[in-house]
Amino acid sequence: MLGTGILKGLAVTAKNLAGSFHDPGRFVTTQYPEQRSVLPENYRNFPFLVAEDDKDPMGTLRCVACQICEKECPPQCIYIEKSRDKKPDAAGKMQLYPAVFDIDISVCMSCQICVEVCPFDAIKMDQEFEIATDNRFRPLLRDREQLARSNRYFQQVHPTEAAEVDARLAAARRAAEEKAAAKAPPPARQEVQTKPATERPDPPAGGIKTEA
Amino acid sequence: MIENLSSPLVSPAGARVRPVQDAFHGDLLEVSMGPHHPSTHGVFRMMVTLDGEAIVRLKPVFGYLHRNHEKLGENTTYLGSMPYTDRLDYLNSMTNNWAYALAVEKLIGQPVPERAEYVRVILAELTRLQNHTCLAGFLMQDCGCSGTPLMYAFRERERILDLFESLSGSRMMCNYQRFGGCRVDPGPEWLDAVRGLVEGYGAFLDEYEALLTGNEIVMARTQGVGRLKPDLAVSAGITGPMLRAAGVPYDIRKVDGYGIYPRFSFRVPLGDHGDTYDRYMIRVLEARESISILRQALKDIPAGPIIDPKSRLRGLRPKAGEAYGRIEGPKGEIGFYLISDGGPNPHRYRVRAPSFVNLTLLEDLCLGHTVADAVVILGSIDIVLGEVDR
Repeated sequence: MLGTGILKGLAVTAKNLAGSFHDPGRFVTTQYPEQRSVLPENYRNFPFLVAEDDKDPMGTLRCVACQICEKECPPQCIYIEKSRDKKPDAAGKMQLYPAVFDIDISVCMSCQICVEVCPFDAIKMDQEFEIATDNRFRPLLRDREQLARSNRYFQQVHPTEAAEVDARLAAARRAAEEKAAAKAPPPARQEVQTKPATERPDPPAGGIKTEA
Repeated sequence: MIENLSSPLVSPAGARVRPVQDAFHGDLLEVSMGPHHPSTHGVFRMMVTLDGEAIVRLKPVFGYLHRNHEKLGENTTYLGSMPYTDRLDYLNSMTNNWAYALAVEKLIGQPVPERAEYVRVILAELTRLQNHTCLAGFLMQDCGCSGTPLMYAFRERERILDLFESLSGSRMMCNYQRFGGCRVDPGPEWLDAVRGLVEGYGAFLDEYEALLTGNEIVMARTQGVGRLKPDLAVSAGITGPMLRAAGVPYDIRKVDGYGIYPRFSFRVPLGDHGDTYDRYMIRVLEARESISILRQALKDIPAGPIIDPKSRLRGLRPKAGEAYGRIEGPKGEIGFYLISDGGPNPHRYRVRAPSFVNLTLLEDLCLGHTVADAVVILGSIDIVLGEVDR
């Protein structure tokens, strides 16, 4: 009979209308500024630089200015200048550091390739999304001071990944210490021991607790 | 007003076109629909020549969203093109990733582990589900059902995009596939979430069909509109649901059997009339087949590595040669053609975009119909301008 299809459709809309008042499956809108949905752990938007220490982020950046991310970045939004001097990294090895590290986040497309290609776990993806600004130049070009976040922050936003990275770095550090202890003369050993022991909030070998 | 048209006013699709000689139909009117028009699904322009209300000529104009995708592909590394493929057909980034990864894997002879193949199938079929659901919603919006079917479709799509986000980190720009596998290993919770969604999706499709399939207004607006003959579809290179709606049994999942598709049993729905209603029905039926594939894949997914441990992320320098990777995307055959000269970048990078090829028949489908029908026909072709213009 003509019209039964329309009536059936109206029954569906009526069911959805009624359901939207009590059925959570049909009640899908999040009233954003007041309510916030929980971001999944893998959520990414813009990169940040990992620093070992909250107090001295510029002195403890993991980045060694190898410029791999700069080369691999598809939209070419990273600009790095190497330092002239060296300073010890987390494992105590003398390394270059980025004298300039800029990311133009108006160009960045959040693809995470810089994170994947970084051999030093020095650049990771942030989850901060409320970064709108009324100026389209300077606030969108982030320098290394603005990009640096502590390892503790990384543990908060990506707990699983951070635990993995910390365990890997701790193992590498232990291996380096053992190697140094086995063959090196005392002065070299001293240097290795003092740096990480005092500067790092020591991560447990089995991984970091998620609440950090 | 324009002068007499030189070409014969009969479409190859056989649509009837009224003669323009008599006193009432002599004046032709040229109307520009788009590029900024909500019915054109993006920045697409149709130069429509009208005789009364009937379309006697339609010239599609595109290129407003051209972003140099293929030239960019020649100037970035193989890995660097992967996130750009997300931005071709931005509804279906997972299948775009897969087609590109397949082309590069063919070029460098990279095997893919079992688990990654299963994850790829699961993601591709989830993509197909959300694309087809969305298409039905957009098509109904074009018919004039203001909002309701589209909002229902988006409600379900959002659940799938949440899964994509929790796996890959982004709802639409997933950038998930890599050469030799996938980027992140989905945990058991994620797979359970997919199982839950798949089990509930059939009920949603039932509800959606109760709303639309038997609806008399939908039938009146779509049946017999934009009829596509199978021989014309084949000679024009149409692929995907549009070709199958015309009754041609051609599905690359069956023909090529890429990935692990030969292991799954599924049917390929075919249309009888090739009209807009058939194109809508094909999408619904394919979504149901996708649910069946998803069930099988979720049942059999093995443990193991998600990416080949020997695979390389960067510094690829394939030997000189060429490769074409194609898959059955939700819109049709999405293919990537790569020529390597041994350098770190492809020498030539070409995208075979399904919506671009499917769009070429727009004039043949629209001739003789009204402007309102042209909107519906365009909606049923299922274009995404990011892919058409590249």
